[in-house]
Amino acid sequence: MKIKFQYILSFALIASAVSCKKDNFEEPKAALTGRIVYQGEPLNFEYNKVSYELYQPGFGKTGPISSIFTPEGAFSHLLFDGNYKMVVPLGQGPFVWKQTADGKPDSVAISLKGNTSLDIEVMPYFMIRTPAFAYSGGKVSGTCKLEQIVTGANARTVERVTLYISKTRFADSQTNVATANVAGLAIPDLNNVSLNVTVPALVPAQNYVFASIGVKFSGADDMIFSPVVKLTF
Amino acid sequence: MKKFIIAISALFIFGAGCKSDSDYLDIKPTQVLSTELAFSDPAQVLSILADLYNRQYDYPRLTEWVTLGDFNEAFYSQNDQYNNYHGNSTWDFRGYKGPDFEGRPAYFWTPWDYKYIRELNLFMERCAAGTALDEPTKALYIAEARFLRASYYFTLTQYYGGVPLILSSLEFNGGDVTALQFPRKKESEMYDFVIKESEELKVLLPANANTKARATKGAALAMEARAALYAASIAKYGATTPSVSLSGGEVGIPAGMANGYYTTALRAAEEIITGGAGAYSLYKKQPANLSENFAAIFYDKTQNNEVIWADDYALKFKRHGFTQVNQPRFGAEEEEGGRINPSLNLVQSFEKLDNTFEPLATNDINGNFIYYTNQQDIFAGRDARLGGTVIIPGSSFKSRPVDIWAGVQLADGTVISGSERGAQKVLPGKTVPEQVVGFDGPISGIEHSAQTGFYIRKYQDPAIGSGQRGVGSAVWRVRYRFAEVLLNAAEAAFELGQTALAANYMNEVRSRAGLTVPLTAGDINFDRVVHERRVEFAFEGEYFFDLKRFRIAHKIFDGVALSKADLLSNLSKATKRSTQPYGLLPYKFYAPGSPNNGKWIFKVDLSNKVTASDNWQLGNYYSQIEADILTKNPKLVKQPNQ
Repeated sequence: MKIKFQYILSFALIASAVSCKKDNFEEPKAALTGRIVYQGEPLNFEYNKVSYELYQPGFGKTGPISSIFTPEGAFSHLLFDGNYKMVVPLGQGPFVWKQTADGKPDSVAISLKGNTSLDIEVMPYFMIRTPAFAYSGGKVSGTCKLEQIVTGANARTVERVTLYISKTRFADSQTNVATANVAGLAIPDLNNVSLNVTVPALVPAQNYVFASIGVKFSGADDMIFSPVVKLTF
Repeated sequence: MKKFIIAISALFIFGAGCKSDSDYLDIKPTQVLSTELAFSDPAQVLSILADLYNRQYDYPRLTEWVTLGDFNEAFYSQNDQYNNYHGNSTWDFRGYKGPDFEGRPAYFWTPWDYKYIRELNLFMERCAAGTALDEPTKALYIAEARFLRASYYFTLTQYYGGVPLILSSLEFNGGDVTALQFPRKKESEMYDFVIKESEELKVLLPANANTKARATKGAALAMEARAALYAASIAKYGATTPSVSLSGGEVGIPAGMANGYYTTALRAAEEIITGGAGAYSLYKKQPANLSENFAAIFYDKTQNNEVIWADDYALKFKRHGFTQVNQPRFGAEEEEGGRINPSLNLVQSFEKLDNTFEPLATNDINGNFIYYTNQQDIFAGRDARLGGTVIIPGSSFKSRPVDIWAGVQLADGTVISGSERGAQKVLPGKTVPEQVVGFDGPISGIEHSAQTGFYIRKYQDPAIGSGQRGVGSAVWRVRYRFAEVLLNAAEAAFELGQTALAANYMNEVRSRAGLTVPLTAGDINFDRVVHERRVEFAFEGEYFFDLKRFRIAHKIFDGVALSKADLLSNLSKATKRSTQPYGLLPYKFYAPGSPNNGKWIFKVDLSNKVTASDNWQLGNYYSQIEADILTKNPKLVKQPNQ
């Protein structure tokens, strides 16, 4: 049997005509962005630590969209327009998240229509004020003030303050080349916290490091951080 | 010819096709056993029960070596995975700590298996309805299934706190699914259930100390003692972490209930100790070699009166490769071994024979190295359990000495070493190359070598062939043993203020390990209780639950790098930081003419593969309930940090 060219052509035509049905959903277009702030001042966290959940009620599904704040305390999603609720689970974050009467985390209602930017106010246990870093003679020093924000029943004490230095912009407990710690009880004056750490040999060699200060509170997993600073030797 | 074939096939078609339709469709499948059939034969029922036994959840388990050495009690010696194991500072809330042995992400702290519970419930119901078994056998099998169910609920409680308590099989009738959704019980109610079941089961199960793989009165009482003790310590020490609790009591137990549970634990443990459940005693068959005696608890299955309940193995039927993957690599029966390398953190916590704690003496007070004639000398005068738990340099396994040394140190401090096991180099003043590093390492980053200077000894099988892939090992996984009953009694007595009694029970366990100077009532404190359990039950899984129930894990793994000075101080303290696994590497001293030539020196070492400092989060105390489970049952409340 000979296969004729026109058969193939007509077959291909029919196939393309039948199969090219538009079957894609429209992609989400509304961008939801924002930051976690205290009195308008952004909070800094650690990479991959402080998680939150977004719910879109009304579709029969009860599961959340789970995600994690960036080290700069920011979040961003591409979503469909609609009403959402944002929740930070209990025990997450170095801040107090409002709770409902029955002890569940309260939700922030978000009505999304087009691109929306939204800053969420929380009460951190402490704020790191006037962080300053300096490099001299093979050492990095860091100073800051700690200002207590949350008082009363939810107040936490400073368990430890840590100075992290790192080869990359991630300078935290998971990524660092050297750390210096001071226990909270060993700090005489929270208005004058000072740490310094020797820079180890960097492989491969580089003439800069990144530094940040993290504060751990007793009874809270996640630390609060100062913004990461690049120090060039 | 063709006609013949057609005729014959026509015959066949008519012959086979002419069956009435109803018969044709009514053929019993030969590979599926119906319920009636399964429960009509005693042997079948027993095999169903055996399957239920097999499905208990153990952590750690011998079939997956990575489950044994977590919490910096060991260094994991596996190429390509160091960053997962030692470069990763946090545990997932479901217990993810690097991949399993095949490289898949592994969640080790998620036993949630209600299919198993359903099948246990179904077994009890069908067994009761069946007619094939005589009444005593039927009652025994049902009691065993009840024991397995209580044991599994106990396991679930250890990981999740309160969970839904389903005690009969549920059927979906096509209507309302909410009738099948149950909320979580309180954590205390879970422990109450386990204690109540144990109390009822102890009279239904046989009091036979020779039965190890099946439920006995001893196993029920041991479970009761452990459950009551766990409940008590969560009540008492849970108060130190108030954020790890739920207002509904699903997680956390009120502190006021502690004493009641401690009393129950002590009573149940003492019922075993006084012989109420059969002739259990500490294993003391080899008084001449206490280390070997300790190791033998786990491989000697004949007349072993210490073991109360075990997950048993038998060659050719149910076996594991624990020895295969952990045996000393040099001269091993297979081209592998040495995965779990116990850390110095653990090794140095074994006491000296005068009941004091001291780091291993590597240097004198002036900082000079101490020279040892034999490698084992540095470990002399210590708790005999050390040699039964860890293969130390200079010791033997399967009558074959291990070859653990990291290099040659010259008089000027220069170290000559090699990058492969047993490497050879020319030493100064010589012309012929000679061996400069042990055939078992340690070489940093080379898998199978003893990278901390130690191999694991516990659970290794001395039988010939146990290290071969084709043979495997039948060493059992001990779930309850008499020493734990004693230490449970000691802990309960201590918490109830009966320190003299606590010292008595603890001394029994300690004297078996060669610590013959008895502790007095005044010596018993919280640190002692925690420490004794850590060294006695190293790599047996107790440590994981102790970390959780004493609420000390977040202090031990606080995310701060462990300095050498920290490592070597405060050895007796229960909350001592242990965020990184250290090693102790032996070096041969080479200085011809010196009296110390050929002797051994030791160096405390942190592998450059260890880059993270472990950080236990409060959310790790109770495993996360996975999102799909929560979605299926909206009545479940989330965990405190979820």
